[in-house]
Amino acid sequence: MIQVIVNGAPQRFEQSLDVAALVARMQLAGKRIAVEKNGEIVPRSALGATMVADGDRLEIVVAVGGG
Amino acid sequence: MNDEFIIAGKSYRSRLLIGTGKYKDFAQTRAAVEASGAEIVTVAIRRTNIGQNANEPSLLDALPPSKFTYLPNTAGCYSAEDAVRTLRLARELLDGHDLVKLEVLGDPHTLYPNMPETLKAAGVLVKEGFKVMVYCSDDPIQAKMLEDAGCVAIMPLASLIGSGMGILNPWNVQLVIGAVTLPVIVDAGVGTASDAAIAMELGCDGVLMNTAVAAAKDPVLMARAMKKAVEAGREAWLAGRMPKRHYSAAPSSPTEGRIAPSRSKAA
Repeated sequence: MIQVIVNGAPQRFEQSLDVAALVARMQLAGKRIAVEKNGEIVPRSALGATMVADGDRLEIVVAVGGG
Repeated sequence: MNDEFIIAGKSYRSRLLIGTGKYKDFAQTRAAVEASGAEIVTVAIRRTNIGQNANEPSLLDALPPSKFTYLPNTAGCYSAEDAVRTLRLARELLDGHDLVKLEVLGDPHTLYPNMPETLKAAGVLVKEGFKVMVYCSDDPIQAKMLEDAGCVAIMPLASLIGSGMGILNPWNVQLVIGAVTLPVIVDAGVGTASDAAIAMELGCDGVLMNTAVAAAKDPVLMARAMKKAVEAGREAWLAGRMPKRHYSAAPSSPTEGRIAPSRSKAA
């Protein structure tokens, strides 16, 4: 069991997983998003190759209306 | 008339930049942006709603990045570090798009820029290859510092963000224009069409606004008014206004050839 913080909220997973799998579990697969892990960008091309570990902090963002 | 508006080497036809926040829905956002004629639109970067409806429409569908130049902002950031992180995420989100709007705020009450943090963030972003359009105070000295730091446009506030108070210190805006060679774009404070025209008549290169359009009773009509105001103000600036005469009037009609004055009946 690992716990990671996604967009400020704790999320639990049975086992270690990569960022692409996490994104899919969050029902965000195929959406236009960008991901930051522990303050560093995870490039789209590296989502599948980047593992998420217990205690990691992720930010998943989109573009919204703003000035 | 060849009057190019160039930012970071790219030429634009419209000198009006529009924010995409606070509209009723994406359809209204799109209609207002189109009515404004703006080519550059600002967007914010925010966390996704985890577990949201997968088919929920997105801003990128309403305003395709192929048709508009996106200007991701750092609204809501109060430190250089948060602003830099936000724009790195924006660049990843928008496939390497590097034209950005930097704003580092000082406090939530005034949304006034924190200039030391703004300068710090500008230095980092320029080094990382971003083209930085920067929201700043109307201070000519710091505007020059931002130009020297490698920003691509200087965007002083004319009054507080979302206040609609207009151009409160036209002298300072003109000092900023005189202090830098970069394009100067009034960012924040415009409330109605005449404010936009005044900004352009002062010699600004462009105007960026959001609330003035989005919070109008009829945003699409106001967007159209703003388009005309920016164009009118620009043309008035280029035309060169007449000098003001403080102490005497001057008739517009010929003083020669007037008909004979009537004789007074009393005489």
